[in-house]
Amino acid sequence: MDFLQALGHKTLSRFASLGRATRMLLGALLSMPNFKKGTPLLIKQLYMVGHQSLLIIMVSGLFIGMVLALQGYTVLVGYGAEDSLGPLVALSLLRELGPVVTALLFAGRAGSALTAEIGLMKATEQLSSLEMMAIDPLKRVVAPRFWAGFISMPLLALIFSAVAIIGAHLVGVDWLGVDSGSFWSIMQSQVSFQQDILNGMIKSFVFALIVTWIALYKGYDCVPTSEGISKATTETVVHSSLAVLGFDFLLTAVMFSS
Amino acid sequence: MSQSIIEIKDVTFSRGDRTIYKNMSFSVPKGKITAIMGPSGIGKTTMLRLIGGQLKPDSGDITFEGQSVPGMTRAELYEARTKMSMLFQSGALFTDMSVFDNVAFPLREHTQLSEELIRLVVLMKLQAVGLRGARDLMPSELSGGMARRAALARSIALDPELIMYDEPFAGQDPISMGVLVRLIKSLNQVLGLSSLIVTHDVTEVLSIADHVVIIAEQGVIGSGSPEQMLRHSSPLVQQFLKGLSDGPVPFHFKAAPYEDELLLGAQQ
Amino acid sequence: MNTRKIEILVGLFVALGVAAFAVLALKVANSGISGNGETYTLSAKFENIGSLKTRAPIKVGGVVIGRVESIYIHPQEFLPVVNMSIDANYECQFSDTTTVSILTSGILGEQYLGISPVIAAESAKQTCLGNDVASDTGSELDDLFGVESVALKDGDMLTDTKSALVLEELIGQFLFNQGGE
Repeated sequence: MDFLQALGHKTLSRFASLGRATRMLLGALLSMPNFKKGTPLLIKQLYMVGHQSLLIIMVSGLFIGMVLALQGYTVLVGYGAEDSLGPLVALSLLRELGPVVTALLFAGRAGSALTAEIGLMKATEQLSSLEMMAIDPLKRVVAPRFWAGFISMPLLALIFSAVAIIGAHLVGVDWLGVDSGSFWSIMQSQVSFQQDILNGMIKSFVFALIVTWIALYKGYDCVPTSEGISKATTETVVHSSLAVLGFDFLLTAVMFSS
Repeated sequence: MSQSIIEIKDVTFSRGDRTIYKNMSFSVPKGKITAIMGPSGIGKTTMLRLIGGQLKPDSGDITFEGQSVPGMTRAELYEARTKMSMLFQSGALFTDMSVFDNVAFPLREHTQLSEELIRLVVLMKLQAVGLRGARDLMPSELSGGMARRAALARSIALDPELIMYDEPFAGQDPISMGVLVRLIKSLNQVLGLSSLIVTHDVTEVLSIADHVVIIAEQGVIGSGSPEQMLRHSSPLVQQFLKGLSDGPVPFHFKAAPYEDELLLGAQQ
Repeated sequence: MNTRKIEILVGLFVALGVAAFAVLALKVANSGISGNGETYTLSAKFENIGSLKTRAPIKVGGVVIGRVESIYIHPQEFLPVVNMSIDANYECQFSDTTTVSILTSGILGEQYLGISPVIAAESAKQTCLGNDVASDTGSELDDLFGVESVALKDGDMLTDTKSALVLEELIGQFLFNQGGE
């Protein structure tokens, strides 16, 4: 009986948590944006969230592209199909690895930082203080961070894919000797703009929504102690990574299964 | 008693299963310094949040300048909050802004003043708390007392009617404590505002308070001027004001009789 | 850090993102040229389509002119019907005697549709395009033989098709022939 009670309790508190998260997001987004005051805040957050993640995204992209080329080459060369290295790398990046790996890295780099920052603002009563100054912290603190994450991640995913393809070219063409012409031309004949690039971007926007939302909610809802913040930060990375992988399966099933 | 700025009427508030206040009533007179005191953990900070409208009471009413705070719409509440300000225990300065920007923040958000005017106002407020020279420092570079003074400058930036202080003296060395006591007193006189101090630093607050409310056991156990309070008949009030270790609030946390527990341990 | 520097760095970040998008769209994907153009649809009925898939290329002499749109079973005849979407530039260019076959690129390669076009007669082209045809331009070969050829337009069905080669059937035929000798 205790077990059932605990299970029910846990389920109900999950629902309550989802409800609070939705209310937070709606509270932050459902309002007339004030461009004069909002734009500087957004730019600052784009810097913190987007620009600060550039380095890790580009370096990871380069290495993942290089590894893909190396692994793909060793398999393809067995069938004498090493010319298909281009589409292999490009398709796996644009459809899957670009959006997914970017989202995972973003959760670790920017998501955890967002959670910690907002958690700390809560613990040091800065959020309460804003509220007592008659300024809605949802609009002032949460909204610009959300938009920054939502805009940054698809851009980061595009940069990731582009850099990774360059990395694959570096290894495949310059090192392993795949013909540069066939690398690009077969890639172009196989990759379609709508099917691959646009679908990849749609994925990326969905992941951006998920990761930023989870990160902001975990920070906003954390127990305002140092212990609570560190727990919330861990939860952000774990929950958003799992959510990204889960939604990736769903989206892939919808987009590419027919 | 003169006109009051805040009235607490029959307020009951509970968090989870724990009742924090039961039918509590008191009022905060206008233009005076009122101190709310009581042992730790009886929800003094909760009181301030109730007044600020961040929490709603289960029953009863709280009025600010005659308007019911729990009954306000969001817009009215925000309007009322521009007339009250709160000094948080930690100061709650925005860590990503300099002291100057922190003080300028409410002005930039709520007024249409030009940058030049804002500069003047901010410098005046910083001068009042003696931190004009520290305007370019970041909050992390300030000592605890200085951070609290900077936060005080920020909370008077919009010339509020009421300032609520949440434990302003906690964890301060005697000098900064003296500075804060003087500041609270002089700000109250000069700006003609009402102050509400929540604290348990008895000696400091009794020296400046005009009116004292002591909260314990889910309600008000005594209120009046500092002199009246010192002569109060309730043993609980006396224990609190004099800082006796034993009395109505026992030294020992509720437990089974000592001997029983020791013997029980031996038997096992 | 001052606001100006942040603004510049954010601008740089966004520009980099847009540049990456441009590279992917132009260099990596086959966008503009054949992806987004106008198309028209033809269908063809086969005995057996082998492992032909939707989105398989349709080629004329090795040049891609369209893709397989959908594959379904004809409700009465229980034969697979393939819908092809073909570049609109080639509408009304092929005669209805054109042959479509299912071919395989290389040994392990994907299957694709090969069209061996029969170019439509000038008069048929004009009829198909909806223009009036002056009857005295009938100096075409078809007209001499009295064959009435029609140009293929949107929604038409190709009848002359060659099915996919299925390995088992080939082997079966081979063995049968061997046995007969």
